[in-house]
Amino acid sequence: MTDKTMTPEDVVGRLRSGMTIGIGGWGSRRKPMALVRALLRSEIGDLTVISYGGPDIGLLAAAGRIRRLVAPFVTLDSIPLEPHYRAARERGTLALTELDEAMFMWGLHAAANRLPFLPVRAGLGSDVMRVNPELRTVTSPYEDGEEFVAVPALRMDAALVHLNRADRLGNGQYLGPDPYFDDLFCEAADTAYVSCERLVDRFPPDTVPQTLVVSRHSVTGVVETPNGAHFTSCVPDHPRDEPFQKLYATTPWPEFAERFLSGKSEDDYQAAVRAWHTEREEQRT
Amino acid sequence: MTTEATTAVSRAEYCVIACAEAWRDNGEVLASPMGLIPSLGARLAKRTFSPGLLLTDGEALLVGPDGEPEGWLPYRRHLTMVTGGKRHVMMGASQIDRYGNQNISCIGDWERPARQLLGVRGAPVNTLNNPVSYWIPKHSTRVFVARVDMICGVGYDHAVGPYHRLPRVVTDLAVLDFETPDHAMRLVSVHPGVTVDEVRAATGFELVTDGDVPDTREPTAAELRLIREVIDPAGLRDREVRA
Repeated sequence: MTDKTMTPEDVVGRLRSGMTIGIGGWGSRRKPMALVRALLRSEIGDLTVISYGGPDIGLLAAAGRIRRLVAPFVTLDSIPLEPHYRAARERGTLALTELDEAMFMWGLHAAANRLPFLPVRAGLGSDVMRVNPELRTVTSPYEDGEEFVAVPALRMDAALVHLNRADRLGNGQYLGPDPYFDDLFCEAADTAYVSCERLVDRFPPDTVPQTLVVSRHSVTGVVETPNGAHFTSCVPDHPRDEPFQKLYATTPWPEFAERFLSGKSEDDYQAAVRAWHTEREEQRT
Repeated sequence: MTTEATTAVSRAEYCVIACAEAWRDNGEVLASPMGLIPSLGARLAKRTFSPGLLLTDGEALLVGPDGEPEGWLPYRRHLTMVTGGKRHVMMGASQIDRYGNQNISCIGDWERPARQLLGVRGAPVNTLNNPVSYWIPKHSTRVFVARVDMICGVGYDHAVGPYHRLPRVVTDLAVLDFETPDHAMRLVSVHPGVTVDEVRAATGFELVTDGDVPDTREPTAAELRLIREVIDPAGLRDREVRA
């Protein structure tokens, strides 16, 4: 069978400006940050991004790559408000489709199931309907006759997710407590790229089956990117890098981008992070 | 006489009691507290008068009183619990109005907000599917407004469907509910040391009152001991509410 391993640059080479891209994880948790950084090193922009938003959105918004964001929130978790996302919204430079968390999930389910929409009891009565005038409702055909929001499928050109382990065929394993919606992102996308902390030749016989959340039939490419979720959490491989996240949130964007994102590769980024930590340790002693 | 009984009950402790009361008689449902004081309240309720409550570790586990796992609750299952109704959440609010419409998305015009906040998160689905109470640590006219800038959580005047219910609002000053003919917000009790006029002055719309407004109930000695020695021995509660 086909070996699907790629580099971050290979993945970005398959993406184009104007695409609709889904990004897995949740808030500042298990985000495919190495792939996002590869995207930042490219010229790709004008993107529609679908995400339970975290620093993936902050970074892409600060770099001016997002035309429209589809999201129920953007947060850094331990820092509730994402500063670069906020700045983009307050400048008025980011078009937003603001959906409720459950509406968003059902939009992913609809896309993964090749349905045009799914009905949800959410959104009605709220200003989600006012700020998304394209949303339609549907009436139950049964006796109850209840009216629901028909959440349109969140179909995407490409999905980017990060998992703890993957094999070369594209089977992906999460080892933390929550799969988030990464399998749905992969199934809702025409192409899907899985980055992982560590590539395995095969999963051992004692593998807990439920941890194999992403299946190869929904995956186009696999990328080994150790520490690739940095600075978001990827437990149990690594927790969120809180000091670095704080740095990200408090440093003017041009300064942060120059120091950490101006390199030619993910290795350059990881080296810059290590240098920063070393410097910080030295200052503390 | 034990030591805890000799120390005056703090405002934060009345707030914990008032939050805990939100989950009284709820049965076997998930208590979803957002924020510190509601978390302490939920744990107090579970350890005392609502032992059937389900609690989470803040991640993907359902946990017992001592943190031992008893179930798996990743986000996708949590969202099923929301729509299935076996849940009573206590959310925060950047703004709330007299019918319980709540905003956590942005301040100002949505197209170009003066202040971008979290986003609607799960407030729309919560408020149409399971009981939603609110915790507001600083009761002020900035939060209690005549009209919210963006309706995230749905209030009684916008509610649709069979499951909408907003049991109570707890603040650092008072307990409020919507038990009036038109579901306008009502002042239920004031925390000891707070006057009705103070609450009115901190509210940007007219509050309903029925006769004399009582004080928020006193904690029992056993509840105080649990709060001080078991649930929050570090005293984090007094940092969130200082009065």
